[in-house]
Amino acid sequence: MSVLTLTIEGRDVAGQTGGTILQVARENGIAIPTLCHLQGLSDVGACRLCVVEVEGQRKLLPACVTAIDEGMKVTVNSERLTAYRRRIVELLFTERNHVCSVCVADRNCELQDLAVELGLTHFDLPLLSPQASVDATHERFGIDHNRCVLCTRCVRVCDEIEGAHTWDVMGRGTEARLITDMGIPWGDSNTCTSCGKCVQVCPTGALFEKGRSVAEARRRRPYLPYLVAHEGRTR
Amino acid sequence: MADKTIVIEPVTRIEGHAKITIQLNESGEVADAHFHVTQFRGFERISQGRMVHEMPSLMARICGICPVSHMVASAKACDEILGVTVPPVGVRLRRVLNLAQIVQSHALSFFYLSSPDLLLGFDSDPALRNLVGVARQTPELARDGVALRRFGQRIIERLGGKRIHPAWVVPGGVSRPLEASERDSILAEIPDARERAHRTLDWYKKNVASWTDEVAHFGDFPSLYMGLVHEGGNAAYSDGLLRVVDSSGWVMADGVDPRAYGDYLGETVEPWSYLKSTYFKPLGYPAGIYRVGPLARLNVAERLGTPAADAELAEYRERLGRYPSSSFHYHYARLIEIVHCIDVIDHILSRSDILDPHVRARAEINRNEGVGVSEAPRGVLIHHYKVDDDGLVEWANLVIATGHNNLAMNRSVLQTARHYIKGDQVKEGMLNRVEAVIRCYDPCLSCSTHAVGQMPLQVDIRDAEGSLLRQVSR
Repeated sequence: MSVLTLTIEGRDVAGQTGGTILQVARENGIAIPTLCHLQGLSDVGACRLCVVEVEGQRKLLPACVTAIDEGMKVTVNSERLTAYRRRIVELLFTERNHVCSVCVADRNCELQDLAVELGLTHFDLPLLSPQASVDATHERFGIDHNRCVLCTRCVRVCDEIEGAHTWDVMGRGTEARLITDMGIPWGDSNTCTSCGKCVQVCPTGALFEKGRSVAEARRRRPYLPYLVAHEGRTR
Repeated sequence: MADKTIVIEPVTRIEGHAKITIQLNESGEVADAHFHVTQFRGFERISQGRMVHEMPSLMARICGICPVSHMVASAKACDEILGVTVPPVGVRLRRVLNLAQIVQSHALSFFYLSSPDLLLGFDSDPALRNLVGVARQTPELARDGVALRRFGQRIIERLGGKRIHPAWVVPGGVSRPLEASERDSILAEIPDARERAHRTLDWYKKNVASWTDEVAHFGDFPSLYMGLVHEGGNAAYSDGLLRVVDSSGWVMADGVDPRAYGDYLGETVEPWSYLKSTYFKPLGYPAGIYRVGPLARLNVAERLGTPAADAELAEYRERLGRYPSSSFHYHYARLIEIVHCIDVIDHILSRSDILDPHVRARAEINRNEGVGVSEAPRGVLIHHYKVDDDGLVEWANLVIATGHNNLAMNRSVLQTARHYIKGDQVKEGMLNRVEAVIRCYDPCLSCSTHAVGQMPLQVDIRDAEGSLLRQVSR
C-alpha cells in the first residue's frame, strides 16, 4: 500500500491509497461537516454535506466517497461550499416536518447542530409540510417519518453490523420512505432483533425510544464501539 | 340615526389577539356587544398522530405566558393513559412549578397590563398609560411588579431549565429531581417576594375606593363560579376536584372528578369567535354562565390554607361579601393569590423530602383515554386525550380557562359598554374601560403577545349596512 501526498486547505497532507478525502482531512484535524457518514459504517454519499472543491474538477465532490490522489488540491471551506451546505440543510428541514421544540432529540440532534454551525437562521424555500406518519407499533421503539432525513445510517447499521437488514428505503424523491421488511409495520417485523442500533445511530429524532419525552433522546454511541473497530474495513 | 357598530381592534394589553364590536341602535344606545377572539391555533388537530409522550411539551406551545399550566394538565392526562401514580415528590414539584407560573402570570396581568389603568386612571393619556408610565409615576410599584414576575420566572427556570417552555414536566412526573442548591436559591428569594406581594396588596386596598363606578359596571352580575378544591374545601391549584357554586353560595356541584367534566360542561361555538364558549350543562345555555379564575377560586374555596393569605381573604370577604360578583375584583383576588402561592411554595420547598430523587413513574400505554386538569392563572384548564394502543393521539379536546369565561366576558363587555358609551361620539377613556373589563379576566388568547407601550387601536364606526362612517385611531 503506497502513500499519496496532497494538499487540503493549503496544507500538505498524506494518506494511504484507497483512503478518502474525509478520512485524510479528519486525520489531520481538518473539519468537514457530515450527516450521513458515521465512522464504522460504509459511506454512501447520500447527504452531500461533505462536498469539497478539487482543483481541476468542475463538479463538487463528496469527501466521504472520493478517494485521494497524488497531487490533489482540495478546498474544504469557501463561501460557495458554505452556501451549498446551508442550502442542503435547508432542503432537509423544509422537505419534512422538523419541529425542534417538541422533538425528542432537541439539543441532541445532528441536523440541529448543522443548522447552527452553518448559520441557517431562516428558510427561503417553502415548507412542503407533507403528511408523514409515526409508526409506534414496535414494543420499544418508534419511527417518526416527519423527522427522517434519509441518511440511511439505520439501514446500514442494521445490515452491516447487526446483519438483520430490517430497514430499507422505498419510493423515490420526496416520496421516499424508510420501511421495515417489505413495508410492514415495525412491530410486525420478523427480522428485527430489537437491538436498538438504528435508534442509537439516528442523527435526528426520527428513531426514538418509546417513553422518552421532548429533549430526552440520549444517543449512546459508545454503545457501538465495534463501529470504530470496523473502520479499517470501510472505504 | 342609523344602527352603528363600534369596533375595537385590536384589544390591547391582553395576551393574544381579539377585537370588540359594539352595536349601537338608532338612538345611539348600546344594543349589543361582543368579544371576538380572532386567532385560530388548531392544537387539537395538530396533536393527532403524535406520540403521547410529546404532549406536555407540544401543548405547552399553546402559550408562552402559561406553558406550565398546559404542561401540568397535559401531563396529568398522560399519567392516566400510562396508568401510573406519580411519586409524591414529583406531584409536589409540579405543584411548585404551577404556583410559580401563577405568581409570574398574575404579576404580568396586574402590573404590566392592568396597573396603568388603575394607577394613572382609565381616562389618562394613552401614550403614557403603560408600564413605563407607571414606572415614571411610582417606580417602586413597577419595580415590585418586575421583581415578582422575575421571582416566578426564575423558579420555573431553576426547576425546568428555562423560563419559557421548559420540558421538565413529563408523563409520570418530572424528568429531574430538585437539587439542594436550586431549592436554597429559591427559598432565599421568598422573603423579598413576600414583602413585595404584601406591599402591593396594601396599595390596592388603599385605592380600591376610587374605582367604585368601575366596580359597579365591570361585569357585576350573578353567575356560577367553578374551581378546584381539595377535600375539606381548601383551594387547589394542581390537584383536587371541581366545585361549582352560585352567587348566593349554593353548591351546584361538588367533588366532581375532572374525568366527568363532560357531564357538567357543555361547549358551544358562536359564529363571531374562534373561541368556544362553555356553560354549566344542568342550567343549559346560556343560563349556565359561569366564571373561573382568581375571583371564582376565592368564591368556591372555603379557605386558601396559608395563614397570611387567609387573613387577607377574610378581609376581602368582609369588604366585598362572601361571594363578590363584580369582575373588577379579579384584580384583588389575584393579589391575594400571589401572597398565597408564595407561601405554599415556601411550605413545599421546606419539606425535608423535597430532594427525593424518586420523581417519575414509568409505564407503557395502559389506557386509551385520559383527562388532566389544573388551575391555570386564569382558571380551570382541562386536557382530554384519546390514544391508540401504541400511544399515538387520536383525539384531543382542550377546555381552556378563557373558554369558560367567554360568556361572562361577553356579558361584561355589554354591561360596561352600556354604562359608558352613548352615541358615536366616543371618548378614548370610555373605550379603554371596555377593554379594561376584558383585562380583568386576564384572558389568555393562546398567544404571548403583549404590549409594553401602546399597540395601535383603531375604532371603526359603521352603519347598519356595514359601511364605514368614521374611523378613529390613537
